[in-house]
Amino acid sequence: MLRRLHSLPGLIAGLIVAFMAVSGVVLSLQPVLDHATSAQAGSMSVAALAQTVSDALPGVTRIAHAASGAITAYYDAGAGEVAASIDPATGKVLGAATPSPVFAFFTELHRSLFLDMNGRLASGLGALAIVVLAASGLFLLANRLGGWRKLFTTAKGTLSQRLHVELARLAVVGLLVSGFTGLVMSLNSFGLLPGTDAPLVAFPTSVDGGTPAPVAALTALQGLSLTELREINFPYAGDASDVFTVITASGQGYIDQATGAWLSFVPNGLGQTIYETIYMLHTGQGLWWFGALLGLASLSVPVLAATGTLIWWLRRRNQPRLVGTVAARQADTVILVGSEGNSTWGFAATLQAALTAAGHKVHAAPMNGLATSYPAARQILVLTATYGDGTAPASAKAFLSRLAQFAPLPGQRFAVLGFGDRSFAHFCRFAEDTDQALRLKGLEPLLAYDSIDRQSAQSFAQWGNGLGAALGHELALAHVPVLPATRELTLLERTDFGTEVQAPTAVLRFALPTDKASLLDRLLGRGQALRFEPGDLVGIVPPGDSVPRYYSLASSSRDDVLEICVRKVAGGVCSEFLHGLEPGQAVSAFIKRNPDFRPQSGKAPVILIGAGAGIGPLAGFVQANRRHQPYYLYFGGRDPASDFLYAPLLRAALVDHRLAGLATAFSRVVGGRYVQDRVREDAEGIRKLVANGAQIMVCGGQQMAQGVRESIEFCLAPLGESVSSLRAKGRYLEDVY
Amino acid sequence: MLKKITAVLLLATAFSAPGLAYAKDATLAIQMTGYQGPPAYLAVYLTKPDGSYDSTLWVAGGKSKYYRHLRGWIRGVSNSNERLDSITGASVGSGRSMEVGISIADALIDAGYSIHVDTAVEHGAENVDDVVLPLTQAISGTVVAGNGYISAMAVTF
Repeated sequence: MLRRLHSLPGLIAGLIVAFMAVSGVVLSLQPVLDHATSAQAGSMSVAALAQTVSDALPGVTRIAHAASGAITAYYDAGAGEVAASIDPATGKVLGAATPSPVFAFFTELHRSLFLDMNGRLASGLGALAIVVLAASGLFLLANRLGGWRKLFTTAKGTLSQRLHVELARLAVVGLLVSGFTGLVMSLNSFGLLPGTDAPLVAFPTSVDGGTPAPVAALTALQGLSLTELREINFPYAGDASDVFTVITASGQGYIDQATGAWLSFVPNGLGQTIYETIYMLHTGQGLWWFGALLGLASLSVPVLAATGTLIWWLRRRNQPRLVGTVAARQADTVILVGSEGNSTWGFAATLQAALTAAGHKVHAAPMNGLATSYPAARQILVLTATYGDGTAPASAKAFLSRLAQFAPLPGQRFAVLGFGDRSFAHFCRFAEDTDQALRLKGLEPLLAYDSIDRQSAQSFAQWGNGLGAALGHELALAHVPVLPATRELTLLERTDFGTEVQAPTAVLRFALPTDKASLLDRLLGRGQALRFEPGDLVGIVPPGDSVPRYYSLASSSRDDVLEICVRKVAGGVCSEFLHGLEPGQAVSAFIKRNPDFRPQSGKAPVILIGAGAGIGPLAGFVQANRRHQPYYLYFGGRDPASDFLYAPLLRAALVDHRLAGLATAFSRVVGGRYVQDRVREDAEGIRKLVANGAQIMVCGGQQMAQGVRESIEFCLAPLGESVSSLRAKGRYLEDVY
Repeated sequence: MLKKITAVLLLATAFSAPGLAYAKDATLAIQMTGYQGPPAYLAVYLTKPDGSYDSTLWVAGGKSKYYRHLRGWIRGVSNSNERLDSITGASVGSGRSMEVGISIADALIDAGYSIHVDTAVEHGAENVDDVVLPLTQAISGTVVAGNGYISAMAVTF
């Protein structure tokens, strides 16, 4: 709902909003320029200034004092009114006042697009759209990041998603102010806000009518400071019954030209004062720096509109089309999907196709579409992601409440599969809750609860094997998550380690194709372009297989080589294929960006912890550390004589300060230990580094990552920090397989 | 255009019984000059033979906070307690024309009254008596030129 409230007006009003923003940016320059060019008022009184002006311009009809401080005198030169610019400090005429045609053009464009009332309506709706978009976007972001307090945590996703979030966070306050004040001004221009107009002040009936005194002698004007003054209208020459009309910051009134006394004065109403403040905030007239800030915030709008549309389009494009779904009453198998972004639907589609091919009648629906019963169903399979801090994703929000009405039939069994990202604190919590809830409902489990980390097609295929076994037939789930176009990469060279200690690991270096990726590809989050950093992933599709396997990259595309570190896993299709590769042979591969796994920039230390092939990306970070940021590496292997990967690089890096410290742990030597044990021994040092702002990056297998987490918890306990508190600040990153 | 409207109005007035009518339906047509700036505010009003304010015929522009810029008119209207709602319309843009129906009491024609038009534009000029012309039967349909933002004007009754 919230997402729809954000994307719908965004798409419809995107163009007009971007247009309003750009014209607003231009207009925000006006008060800045005025401020820079116009002299500020001195100590001259209004009476003296008016006298000087009327001496120089005998036909003067009025003097206007703009919010910028500029003073303009209008005088009758015989053929209509002429405007002259006046020095606020001396009252001297500076020359003809010519309003800028550029700003006049943009003002009219901004408020009515030169379309009179229809244009004013469009621009008012544009202001409304900005308010709705800014507010719904703020709620959406807080929801997505897991609460208001986490509003400023690191944004994740494709380049367009990150740009959208980062820019919006910077600009949202300015956009809310611009939108709201613009909306008020629009309502006012349609006469919908009573009380904001200055009242009509009755022309005085009791005028002295005597000989006009010199302007400088008028006591009411003598008592008025120039900063208070907005406008003076002079009486007609020769009309003794006419008066001075004076507008000040606080009200308006009339002054007798003979006696110099106030004849009447009507103060501004509260509504008028509030409206004038809103006007000032929107235009920056009289508050130039604020207007400039709003202008800066508005600069983000065209980018937000473009990236927002891209994000919407990508989500739409990735929406799966489920074919051959059977009505809920006839289905023997029901698939329920909880998805926020749509990626879980892709897995559901694969599952549905495989089950249908195996002869099942399958009904697939969002979790929110849970029926009160499924009369023909033998199994209910729930595939669900988890949103933000452990809550239900969009298509499952109503699931738990609908479950109360659900009546399971005897013998109906269920299985829940959670999808998530282990680096979030509440990994798959909603899936776990769903599993619990179905159990409490009295359904029999078909399979134990399981989860899939970061859309791993491998784990999904494994779960499919288990499901097939439980159903009594083969079930091959070959999920291809909208695979990017692959490229052929040729192996340049390989170095082998660890054969002697039963941990064969190869460092493979591939040549890069020569063409580069376009900005459009990057905005669309397309990974097929071969630009990458250490820590990004390369997807390799083994021959005769459709499911890619991902490996962390140890090099940057700037090195003109693609390097990975692969441990041979017994029975692992892809690792065996790669280990059999000879220089000159090629693989099909594509890049998957992993922008969240990067060392922090700046001067703060970075602690790198890896074991076995997990050192690959960490060695890549060290290699690229040309600024000599303090990096500390903990490496775990089996035997320094056999699988000390990257030993020459690391030694050289210690010498030229790309690496500030190196600690190793080997498990198959006398007094052997694991890297997590080594970390624990250095508790004191780790604590100091973390207190100095260090970031921790871990790469390796599940067990090792678990061990390192425990060791780090042990190290940090005295600091009052924890793995999850660092993680929330983007200071504990894991790349785990 | 003016001629066509005149013909229609003549036809319309021909069917209303003379003698029973105390006010004449008239048409006010104004052509603005081309100028730099937002739409102009206009006040069309009558003055008595002694030059003092009599009544308002038409106001173009709805925001009363700008009315003080129509300086000749505001002096009179601000003390008159007239209701302007039914004789107020939209402001008139640069180069545009406007045409509205107004009503003028029979007794004022050829009685020494004058029609005045004040004009003003935001950040622009304020023209008192952009147009002044005597309210006589003879001026009906005559096109007169203005001094400020008004290029041409005709009142037809």
